[in-house]
Amino acid sequence: MSQPPSFTLCISEDTESDGQEPSPDNEGALHTSFHQLIQEQSSLVEAGLELEMQTRGREHPALPDTCAAAWPEPGQDKQHPSYSSTSLRILASMPSRTIGRSRGAIISQYYNRTARLQRRSSRPPLQQLCRTARPSLRQYDLETDPARATLEDKRSLLVTELLSLLPSQRSHMLLTVPLSLAEKRTLRQELSGQRGPLRQHTQRRVPSSPCGWSKDYIILGCRDLWYRLLSLLPAVQPWRYALKQIGGRFGSSVLSYFLFVKTLLMFNIFLFLILLVFVVALQAAYPPASASPRPFTGLELLTGAGYFTHSLLYYGYYSNITLNDPCASSPNGSTCPLAAPPLPYNMPLAYVFSVGVSFLITCILLVYSMSRSFGESYRVGSSAGDLAIKIFCAWDFKVIQRRSVKLQCENIRTQLKELLAEQRSRSRSLSLCQRLGHTTVLLLAWALSLSTVLGCVLAVHYFSEHMHVVQQDHRARGSSEWQQEAILLVLPLLVSLLNTLMPHLYNLLAMWEKQDSPVAEVYVAICRAQGLPAPLLLPRNLILKMVVLGLLCYQWLSRGVVCSTEECWETCVGQELYRFVVMDFIFTLLDTLFGELVWRLILEKRLKRKQRPEFDIARNVLELIYGQTLTWLGVLFAPLLPAVQMLKLLLLFYIKKTSLMQNCQSPSKPWQASHMSTVFITLLCFPSFLGAAIFLSYTIWSVRPSETCGPFQGLESIYKSGKTWVQVLEKSNPNITWFAWVHQHLVENTFLLFFVSGVLLAVIYFNIQVVRGQRRIIRLLKEQIANEGEDKIFLIQKLHSVYEQRERDAPESQHHAPQKGAGQYRTLLQPSL
Amino acid sequence: TCEAEAARAAMGGSASLLPREALCEYQELTFLSKQEILLAYKRFSELLPKEERENACSARVPKSQILTLPELRANPFQHRICRVFSTSYDGDDSMSFEDFLDMLSVFSDSATSDIKSHYAFRIFDFDDDGTLDRKDLEKLVNCLTGQGEESRLSNMEMEQLIQNILEESDIDKDGTINLSEFQHVISRSPDFARYGSLQR
Repeated sequence: MSQPPSFTLCISEDTESDGQEPSPDNEGALHTSFHQLIQEQSSLVEAGLELEMQTRGREHPALPDTCAAAWPEPGQDKQHPSYSSTSLRILASMPSRTIGRSRGAIISQYYNRTARLQRRSSRPPLQQLCRTARPSLRQYDLETDPARATLEDKRSLLVTELLSLLPSQRSHMLLTVPLSLAEKRTLRQELSGQRGPLRQHTQRRVPSSPCGWSKDYIILGCRDLWYRLLSLLPAVQPWRYALKQIGGRFGSSVLSYFLFVKTLLMFNIFLFLILLVFVVALQAAYPPASASPRPFTGLELLTGAGYFTHSLLYYGYYSNITLNDPCASSPNGSTCPLAAPPLPYNMPLAYVFSVGVSFLITCILLVYSMSRSFGESYRVGSSAGDLAIKIFCAWDFKVIQRRSVKLQCENIRTQLKELLAEQRSRSRSLSLCQRLGHTTVLLLAWALSLSTVLGCVLAVHYFSEHMHVVQQDHRARGSSEWQQEAILLVLPLLVSLLNTLMPHLYNLLAMWEKQDSPVAEVYVAICRAQGLPAPLLLPRNLILKMVVLGLLCYQWLSRGVVCSTEECWETCVGQELYRFVVMDFIFTLLDTLFGELVWRLILEKRLKRKQRPEFDIARNVLELIYGQTLTWLGVLFAPLLPAVQMLKLLLLFYIKKTSLMQNCQSPSKPWQASHMSTVFITLLCFPSFLGAAIFLSYTIWSVRPSETCGPFQGLESIYKSGKTWVQVLEKSNPNITWFAWVHQHLVENTFLLFFVSGVLLAVIYFNIQVVRGQRRIIRLLKEQIANEGEDKIFLIQKLHSVYEQRERDAPESQHHAPQKGAGQYRTLLQPSL
Repeated sequence: TCEAEAARAAMGGSASLLPREALCEYQELTFLSKQEILLAYKRFSELLPKEERENACSARVPKSQILTLPELRANPFQHRICRVFSTSYDGDDSMSFEDFLDMLSVFSDSATSDIKSHYAFRIFDFDDDGTLDRKDLEKLVNCLTGQGEESRLSNMEMEQLIQNILEESDIDKDGTINLSEFQHVISRSPDFARYGSLQR
């Protein structure tokens, strides 16, 4: 590139040479392509064109051709609408374009690939390496050298190259060549004609017995049956059709809410299954002797107390026995018979390990899905937009139903409109003054909302203490059970009420912002119109929920007031969490009913407006995250809480979907939601899962479990159960003292933790550096490609102008062959560098 | 013979036998399993009129008949698929059995994403000139959004969309997208392999 060569283009029109050789490009596979070109062709008189490009050194800057001065400035017109048919033909025969359509070019490409593959398998001599390092040149050779340009020649070349490969490589190459089957068969015949082993290889695969065939047909019959079963699969695949329907009607942003419901459901099913198999089922099989259950009144479904208190639902029911252990009767293990079962089932260990492992796996899944969506959003060296991917990968060819096809079209259209609208709104920018006004309003709104959060938290705190006093009072006076339980419901009621009402207040706040500051109007208006998180809205709501939850967690663990008088505080906390989950569900239903159904009726009947309420994704998603946090917090205290959450999510899906279809309208202005799921998962991971994990770890490590109930009774902390188990293991079996040693030196020692985190940090740092280097190289390569592209345009334009000049100069002196068949044109671009 | 009868029974007594050699060859050259090839053969011969079923391997099914397949009936790219996979010399887009197998092979789940992207490019290349230019992209978008007047994008949106696609994927800035640029874009989409199978 440092030496820009000057070219001389000498055009010699050689009409005779044209008809003799078949072109590599105008094969039968092309049949009716290039309509436009062919039409132009018939009007033009040009049949063949041979170009010779001769490079002159710098010492010959003077061009012999008269046309040199007539060249236009390159780079002005990138879309080249004015090119003549000849230029277009030359363009069409460029290697980068023929590869997309012509058989000859495909064969050439695979010839090159085979050659490269072969070189790689056998160590190449140095000069060959040099050649293969320039594959485009090789291809160019093959593509344009008239001596070898026929299809047959290329094919035989490819065959020779293929023959030198290993049989497995060869058949794979043959399989992956994008040629028609007939072509492949010819290739294969040529291959097997020249070499025996392939033939023998295939012969062996034929079933030798005549019944092999009937077996095939029996298999075919079975397959038919299998396919019928498979066609029932969409019914089994949960909510596939419902999701498509939603996506097609309401766009991907609303769809992302329902996908999120589905994701959460999967998490809960997983959690539930682990706990069910390792803890709940075994405890149910070995029920402890318990007090006679209280009568079922029905209020238990709301409060989780009473009848449910001594059931599998709560921590207190689980025992600290070792199942399957013959030594259980005797206090010391020395009297055990030798034929003891090898693996006694230690219930406390199972309990803590099930919770721990399920949390660990959930953490890995969350981080994995988060990193994947982050990776998709921030791929190294990729351009920012993803419109091209949307277009090229949009169509799902599996969709065959007419109605589904329509839905898919609808879906794609909505998505495209979303993407384009987002792009337009991004390009709008605000002035400095506008920004200043925006910031002021923002600060004001934040101050207001933070103070409301503080107010809410204080209210919850004092109210819970007050309710506790009231409850004690009732208990002392000996009021009825029913009344006592009903009092328990008041606190969850208040919290859920706050959780439901405050977001509406924040919505009002946003409305006020919108009126107050015309500057933010565009932004907030768009956000509000979509029922999407105005960026101000989401954190306020989130902060409120998380702060309230943090306060409650503190109250539970410190046991200052709440649960302080219960004999089994874990069960008490579990019950509280159960109540919160149920109350949250009820308020979501009420919100759906009033916020969507009644509001729609009011809008339609009273206000006589066509408009319908829009689905508030941000608020709904936050409610989901809140519910999931409650579930995670409660897993240790109520192992069946994930089951409750599962039921809740299932019902929620159908109720929300019905309400959406009946009451809500599709987004009036489409909005892009590609990063929505990333945001959701991140929110789920960071405040929610991390908070729950910290809460549980603290509980396991340093909170003293109840003395008289639960699997960990009598222990200092839950973590101690693992420690005592290791000691018991060491005593019972001296062969595994190494395990105790490992436990003592690696797990209990903090040095390992520091070491591992140090290594992790180093790895992360190296990765960042590698990515940075790759980015730099990618940028350089992109620049180079862009330069090459400009060079290409430059050359094309030169070529074009030379040709035009030629035609203008000597229209009479040349003899043309207008009678040439339309499909017979060919262009040869012969380089001699 | 025993095998012929078994075959007839399995195929409802209406089709001829696929030669064993050919079966093995197809198995080697396509991404289909033996059963899938036999099933394809059965379905192909069902498309033929009764009198031609005896020599289904050499017969050609007209395009109108191919388009009655449930997999292609509603597909907006049905004409392009027929065009790309047909090897007919008259340009009537009729399909031989081998073309049919080719199509199923490319759309099968086991086909590599390389070959899928190659054929996707050819399907999207409406004027068969080896590159995706503005007209191709416009047609492609119209196919995706539906052909009706009310379902199309507005002119402004279309212009913006095509401009964006070209900016994103036309690496060498020549105004069109060639195969390698197309494959470059596709490589950024890891789920392209689910690009679809036409099989039942």
